Amino acid sequence: MSEQILLEMNHIRKEFPGVLALKDVSLQLRAGEVHALLGENGAGKSTLIKILGGIYSKDSGDIFIDGKEVSINSVLDAQKLGISVIHQELVLVPHMSVAENIYLGREPMKGTRFVDFRKMEEDAQKLLDSFELDIRSETKVSDLTIAQQQIVEIIKALSFNAKILVMDEPTSSLSDKDVDFLFDNIRKLKKAQVGIIYISHRMSELKQIADKITVIRDGEYIGTRDTEAATTDELIAMMVGRKLTNYYTRTFGNPTKKVLEVKNLTAGKLLKDVSFHLNSGEILGFAGLVGAGRSEVMRCIFGIDPFENGQILLDGEDVKISNPEEAMKKGIALVPESRKREALFLAQSVKYNITIKALGEFIRGIHVNNARENEITKKYVDVMAIKTPSYQQTVGNLSGGNQQKVVIGRWLATKPKILILDEPTRGVDVGAKAEIYSIMNDLVKDGVAIIMISSELPEVINMSDRVVVMSNGRITGCLPREGLTQEKIMYHATQFSTPDR
Amino acid sequence: MNNKTTNAAPKGRTLQLAHNPIVTFGKENLGILIGLLILCLLLSFLSPVFLSKNNILNVLRQVATNLYIACAMTMVIILGGIDLSVGSTIALSGVITGGFIAFEGLPLWVAVICGLLAGVVVGASNGFLISKTTIPPFIVTLSTMNIARGASYVYTGGQPIRVMSDSFNFIGAGYVGDIPMPIIYLVIIVIISVLIMSKSKLGRHIYAVGGNPVAARFSGIKNSRVLFFAYLFSGIMSAIAGIVLASRMFSGQPTAGQGAEMDAIAAVVLGGTSMSGGVGKIGGTVIGALIIGVLSNGLNLLGINSFWQYIVKGVVILIAVYVDFLKKGKGK
Repeated sequence: MSEQILLEMNHIRKEFPGVLALKDVSLQLRAGEVHALLGENGAGKSTLIKILGGIYSKDSGDIFIDGKEVSINSVLDAQKLGISVIHQELVLVPHMSVAENIYLGREPMKGTRFVDFRKMEEDAQKLLDSFELDIRSETKVSDLTIAQQQIVEIIKALSFNAKILVMDEPTSSLSDKDVDFLFDNIRKLKKAQVGIIYISHRMSELKQIADKITVIRDGEYIGTRDTEAATTDELIAMMVGRKLTNYYTRTFGNPTKKVLEVKNLTAGKLLKDVSFHLNSGEILGFAGLVGAGRSEVMRCIFGIDPFENGQILLDGEDVKISNPEEAMKKGIALVPESRKREALFLAQSVKYNITIKALGEFIRGIHVNNARENEITKKYVDVMAIKTPSYQQTVGNLSGGNQQKVVIGRWLATKPKILILDEPTRGVDVGAKAEIYSIMNDLVKDGVAIIMISSELPEVINMSDRVVVMSNGRITGCLPREGLTQEKIMYHATQFSTPDR
Repeated sequence: MNNKTTNAAPKGRTLQLAHNPIVTFGKENLGILIGLLILCLLLSFLSPVFLSKNNILNVLRQVATNLYIACAMTMVIILGGIDLSVGSTIALSGVITGGFIAFEGLPLWVAVICGLLAGVVVGASNGFLISKTTIPPFIVTLSTMNIARGASYVYTGGQPIRVMSDSFNFIGAGYVGDIPMPIIYLVIIVIISVLIMSKSKLGRHIYAVGGNPVAARFSGIKNSRVLFFAYLFSGIMSAIAGIVLASRMFSGQPTAGQGAEMDAIAAVVLGGTSMSGGVGKIGGTVIGALIIGVLSNGLNLLGINSFWQYIVKGVVILIAVYVDFLKKGKGK
């Protein structure tokens, strides 16, 4: 890290109609530094990034790059100034090759009309090789892993001669192995004197990769700390504005009543001989690398995917579940992994999204009991502490944490006995995370049985009664809560080599 | 959390105002309502007969058959699909009803039921193929469009089937009091469609499947049933339109309903329903159909050549949808 200040954003203010998104935020980024931007959802991180990237214009404040004041009015301006933003959702074209993606819109030409594919592929290959990436530039992007796609995005950004790289939650869909790979590459960028603004909700990650951490809250600058000197508790306190005494809320009982038993579940190449059981009033953690088959097990139980062999027993009774409706009738609920793709109706209201599974409780034929509908909505908005200006608010306009709460609320409205949560806190800020943990704790106290798939090991360790570990479609361990460590889980998670994808 | 107060709004007057369907309707369709109003004002100055009772009933009668189909088309498009077969179904149900009376000598009501069944068959085939296979709706209904049109030609040998029956003619050209029969059907169909979309479970499921089919499946909604219903409904509505048109023309014609799918789609799109699915309202479609109806009526009254009318219609649709797009784009 050098002492040269690459980017300075001073007293940035931005107001949207009715919302003051940024009151007064400042940020200083040095060359070769990874600077984490920390804050709850809605704190103003993405607004700040969008101002830097030229998507929004600021109302007041100054931006300096290399000591010179600049004005950024468009994405093109930002690109010219060497600013590149890698968004949370990847924006590569899946059916095009890596080379085509890197040079999209500025392909090297042969004469004036024809794209020089050979030159493009050679140039792209050089870039890939410089990152020691074991992929060919003519490979289709859809054939790459998410981590590899992310590196391609970074390479693409750097090929614009980016000096300042913004990464918005780059690890949210990566397994631990892929995260290491990404971090290795980020360290290379640091050596090349690129300044990186890094947004993530994962505290443990920041300790590994960030040099400095700036916290913002409700559009205001709270402070900047050196990572080495900062403690997690201090950062969380800065972020939420109060001390979160119990981040993980959990009162452990002694659950023994089996509600669900899965025996010898086998489905194609994905699942091999999976057996486990679930007791009422417990949280059963499911750990493993991405692609280990955890979600697939749940899809079988919930009747989304078929399986060839095996039994599912509910309360000791052999049951056949062939679609989600049957699963719900039997008291099973599944909160899927990707809330935007698999759960939310983004164009519809909070009310619609919460009640879509409970329609039977207030619609008879064409009679809608509005009072009952509002009552159900109110109940789960309150239970989940969803922050929304009204029940009519379009769900797509809520923050990630609140969207997740809407999804969980919807499933609670079906009053499940068995609740399967697939990555319940992905992309959710710490405050909302703590709330979700506390709700999970309340549910198991009431006798609900919860299966929690999670790639965040601290969450698995702190919340679970027992942890099932999967690797390559098999169960490689069922570990009790006592003496649980990350190392133990990882040992079981890497028992069988996982395939590349 | 100062939002709690709004959340827990009591069942007082404010809440009722917010839920007043007429207020909501006005707010949602402000743009096209103003457009329709301006159009009507303009025409009432340009043509003295525009506002006469006869002309208004005439417009409504012309709008009616398009709207039967457009109501169903709204559901289909909200589901992210399309139904191109509606025009051919108009012809098929018309010639079957006409033929069964004229050729087979069957009683009127049997013939009408058979005509409706023709719509059921086309609709159910569309629904079955779209919900059970991966063939896109565009292709499925493009095929059934050709099949139904072909079947109408085969059955009639390409000639219109004349039906000289007053009771048959009453179906499409009769009056109850001052109100033409097609308008009575129209009111019933619009009410049924609105009730389905805004009051029933099915309606909410239609928005769900159209908005996010994967999420709908995870929510335990049977997507295939919802899809099947919409295309079946579309088939039946087309058959009703076909029988009404045949009755008004005293004949089942194999060429009837050509381009009807485009008028229906135009009404739906003008009404603000998104072609990518998940969003839309029957109320908007009603206004959309009225705009198209008033426009062609007005152009007729002004004596504008029907060839030019197509051009005007096309331009109006483009402008209206683009304005709507700008309005929504700004909101983001």
